[in-house]
Amino acid sequence: MLPFILKRLGLAGLVAFTVSFISFSLLFLSGDPAAALAGETASGEDIEAIRRLYGFDRPMLVQYGEWLFQALRGNFGESYYFKLPVSSLIADRLSVTMTLGVCGITFALLTAVPLGVAAAIRPNSIIDRVALFLSVAGQAMPSFWFGLILIVLFGIKLRWLPPSGASTWQHFIMPTIVLGYYAMPAIMRLTRAGMLEVLNSDYIRTARAKGAGEGRVLFKHALRNAIIPVVSLAAVQMGFMLGGSIVVESIFALHGAGYLAWESIARNDLPTVQALILIFSMFYIIFTFLADVLNAWLDPRMRSS
Amino acid sequence: MSHIQDTVKPLLSVRGLTLDIPLASGTLHAVRGIDFDLHKGETLCIVGESGSGKSLTSLAVMGLLEKNIRRSAEQLNFDGIDLIGASKRQMRGLRGDRIAMIFQEPMTSLNPAYTIGDQLVEALRLHRKVSREKARERAIELLEKVGITAAASRLSQYPHQLSGGLRQRVVIAMALMCEPELIIADEPTTALDVTIQAQILSLLVELTKEMDVAMILITHDLGVVARVADKVGVMYAGELVETGPATDVFGKPMHPYTRGLLHCIPQPGKTKRGEKLGTIPGIVPSLIGDVQGCAFRTRCPHVVEACRGDIPERGQPPHEFLCVHADGARAAEGEPA
Amino acid sequence: MALQEPIDPLLEEISGPTPRQILRKRVQGHMGLLFGAGVVLVLLVIAILAPVLAPHDPYLQDLANRMVKPVFMGGTWEHPLGTDHLGRDYLSRLIYGARVSLLIGSVAALISGVIGTAMGVAAGYFGGRVDAVVTFLINVRLAMPVVLVALAVVAILGGSLQVVIAVLGLLLWDRFAVVMRASTLQVRRREYVSAAQAIGASTPRVILSEIMPNIVNNLIVIVTLEMAHAILLEAALSFLGLGVQPPTPSWGLMVSEGKNMMLFEPWLVLIPGVVLFVLVLAINLMGDGLRDVTAPDSRS
Ligand SMILES: Nc1ncnc2c1ncn2[C@@H]1O[C@H](COP(=O)(O)OP(=O)(O)OP(=O)(O)O)[C@@H](O)[C@H]1O
Ligand SMILES: [Mg+2]
Repeated sequence: MLPFILKRLGLAGLVAFTVSFISFSLLFLSGDPAAALAGETASGEDIEAIRRLYGFDRPMLVQYGEWLFQALRGNFGESYYFKLPVSSLIADRLSVTMTLGVCGITFALLTAVPLGVAAAIRPNSIIDRVALFLSVAGQAMPSFWFGLILIVLFGIKLRWLPPSGASTWQHFIMPTIVLGYYAMPAIMRLTRAGMLEVLNSDYIRTARAKGAGEGRVLFKHALRNAIIPVVSLAAVQMGFMLGGSIVVESIFALHGAGYLAWESIARNDLPTVQALILIFSMFYIIFTFLADVLNAWLDPRMRSS
Repeated sequence: MSHIQDTVKPLLSVRGLTLDIPLASGTLHAVRGIDFDLHKGETLCIVGESGSGKSLTSLAVMGLLEKNIRRSAEQLNFDGIDLIGASKRQMRGLRGDRIAMIFQEPMTSLNPAYTIGDQLVEALRLHRKVSREKARERAIELLEKVGITAAASRLSQYPHQLSGGLRQRVVIAMALMCEPELIIADEPTTALDVTIQAQILSLLVELTKEMDVAMILITHDLGVVARVADKVGVMYAGELVETGPATDVFGKPMHPYTRGLLHCIPQPGKTKRGEKLGTIPGIVPSLIGDVQGCAFRTRCPHVVEACRGDIPERGQPPHEFLCVHADGARAAEGEPA
Repeated sequence: MALQEPIDPLLEEISGPTPRQILRKRVQGHMGLLFGAGVVLVLLVIAILAPVLAPHDPYLQDLANRMVKPVFMGGTWEHPLGTDHLGRDYLSRLIYGARVSLLIGSVAALISGVIGTAMGVAAGYFGGRVDAVVTFLINVRLAMPVVLVALAVVAILGGSLQVVIAVLGLLLWDRFAVVMRASTLQVRRREYVSAAQAIGASTPRVILSEIMPNIVNNLIVIVTLEMAHAILLEAALSFLGLGVQPPTPSWGLMVSEGKNMMLFEPWLVLIPGVVLFVLVLAINLMGDGLRDVTAPDSRS
């Protein structure tokens, strides 16, 4: 399994490197970052001054090299807006986003997997149809709108939950649901499809022929095999979720990294935006890498090869 | 031998077993009223071409049919237990303990996520209150019995680490874990290499004889049947068209289909060198909707108008067959009466 | 003695329906597909005929008539769905919003479809290095957070319709590439492809006349799903204020504009949200339905 991990690690590194280059290049999309930074009212001299101050006058590759070198040491420069080191700015905000992401994926797994299993046990039954409907509706629901509806309903009309902020655990309930709901359909469909396939396999018939009870057949023999691809999907979804937390955090005024991203983009705070894109990508890369390793470990066929 | 046993109560007794499968295009009458008996320690071979309902019949005995398949029978008795009326719990208690099954596909019939040891141990511990240690010992003992070397170290291996032949040996060991009284083996060697087929089959036969286990062996290989069967059942399109002691069925095949089958394989002594083997022309009928009369009439050289009506049961127990011709048209084919 | 009866009930062959008949039957029996396609068609017609159908100018402000309630909440037929915070007719803005959504959805799906299909088919057909490069690019693309990158780029380049379409089109090709690669791999192994190669057909010819016809079903399904995806993303970008800019009528923007008032006038948020939901739902149902009816062994 070690060669597999090393190979996979190399790939992850290469992807991370490419992503870092792309997120750095975004800065140059506008043509002249100095002009963009100085604002529309700035004079030519001001722009020139900013260009020199931030080193925009050097070749792009040189700038990238330095940026990457510093980034590897955890230094993402200073925020144009907050006038603080980007790394400490992000570090402050990351815990909220991570909490949200973990809660979201947990919520999604805890609802989608049982639903998918139940749907697969009785295809075309009521529960299967309900699960299918939920998954189709879930994919079509704009999350910002879903969030607003929840706020009006539970936050303001019923007053069950705090509508915004992040000070108590209750504050995380609605954001978790909105974020998790988005990942549910895919997980549910994959669980259902996996269970359906596994339940039709020969070794399930063997388990029944041994005299194993239905519960044992379902959970020990079937789910154990059907869950393997779900692990990968959950990791991918977790990565997507952190990226998608920008919408949820802005609706619920959760001051996490997603909210920071929104603020920074609106304020043209490019160093912060670059750093956030890179960090969210890194999370995705790390999650999928860990999922692949976990997957290989869960599947004996891959573990021993 | 069968004469003595006829007076003893059979281990498995099947009367009028019928399986209907509702399909979009109508009901598929996949198995239609089959009868057979199996005594303790006996080997019954069921032969017949693909789709004739052999697997369905064996799954019906195990109670493992898919939910949409309707099963009915005048009698489906295992050692005095009515399998039709048995509760799920009762069936679960029988399966793997007193009735074991071996499937065709060794490559896929073991769970890829668990070790051989786990799966063998589970087979025993589902039915017996024994410690994990004891169960492992039993597993090792059986693995050695089915001819697996270094049995103890195999326990921690996963199915994908074994070859097809080895896996089928593991499956056989698993079927024997609880010392069942009946083993149903559905084409246990079809998926294996020809050389390994013979090894596995003789192993299976040897073990069942040694442990005095009754066996229903489903196979396409008439050569095997001739060697191992005590009894033979010939299935055609969902019916058992001829049953009887192996010597009788091979020595004096009554049903035209049985004779057709036997002509399809070379027989030592009978088939001359260079002689063309027979084939049965025609196609198997669809069994969807009402099925009347003899299903073989579309391919039978001796078909008459009466073949469309009810077909009488002929012959004397234990050798019986279904045909409108009293002699199964043996005379018409120039066979001795 | 042998009976020569031409028709024996046992032999009566069930003459199967033709593939076209089977397809028609499957389509007619598929409620999701019929509903989805119906809704999409209706909205498409509304979008095209927007200037004819809209009762008012969607940009015309009437500050004297701000936030008039819709007719089902006690308003008048003058503004069937009321007016927004600037007194613009809500129904007209919704109707013109359908244009924005469908335009962005279809053009973005088209762009990403061309990119992704080219990459996927090349990877599947040529394999080897090409495949490795494409797979790597897919990985890179998946690692980039879509919403964040799209927001950043739109913010830098300015939020015009063209920019939003281009950004989404350049970001959403991953699923096309993944699915087309897998489908091409499958088809490539079949005999007729080898046969075409064996008789010396050129590579473009083999791809266009042997591969493409066999993967186009999957392509259509992905087109619909990605169209829905693009529409949702545009709405999210516009909601966050970094997509289509005011006063363009975009459903996401309408939700965003109504959000401050949602406590008192919840319909301002509800109406555009529901319409957006229904459109995306319909497109998804259509896509799922197409997959079901064109799948070779679909369950009945
Ligand atoms: N679940 C099912 N649904 C519909 N038809 C079925 C089902 N299971 C079996 N059949 C049909 O019932 C008939 C008998 O099947 P069965 O598997 O018993 O044949 P078999 O004699 O074991 O054939 P083989 O030698 O190929 O294993 C076949 O025509 C098959 O298509
Ligand atoms: Mg079979």
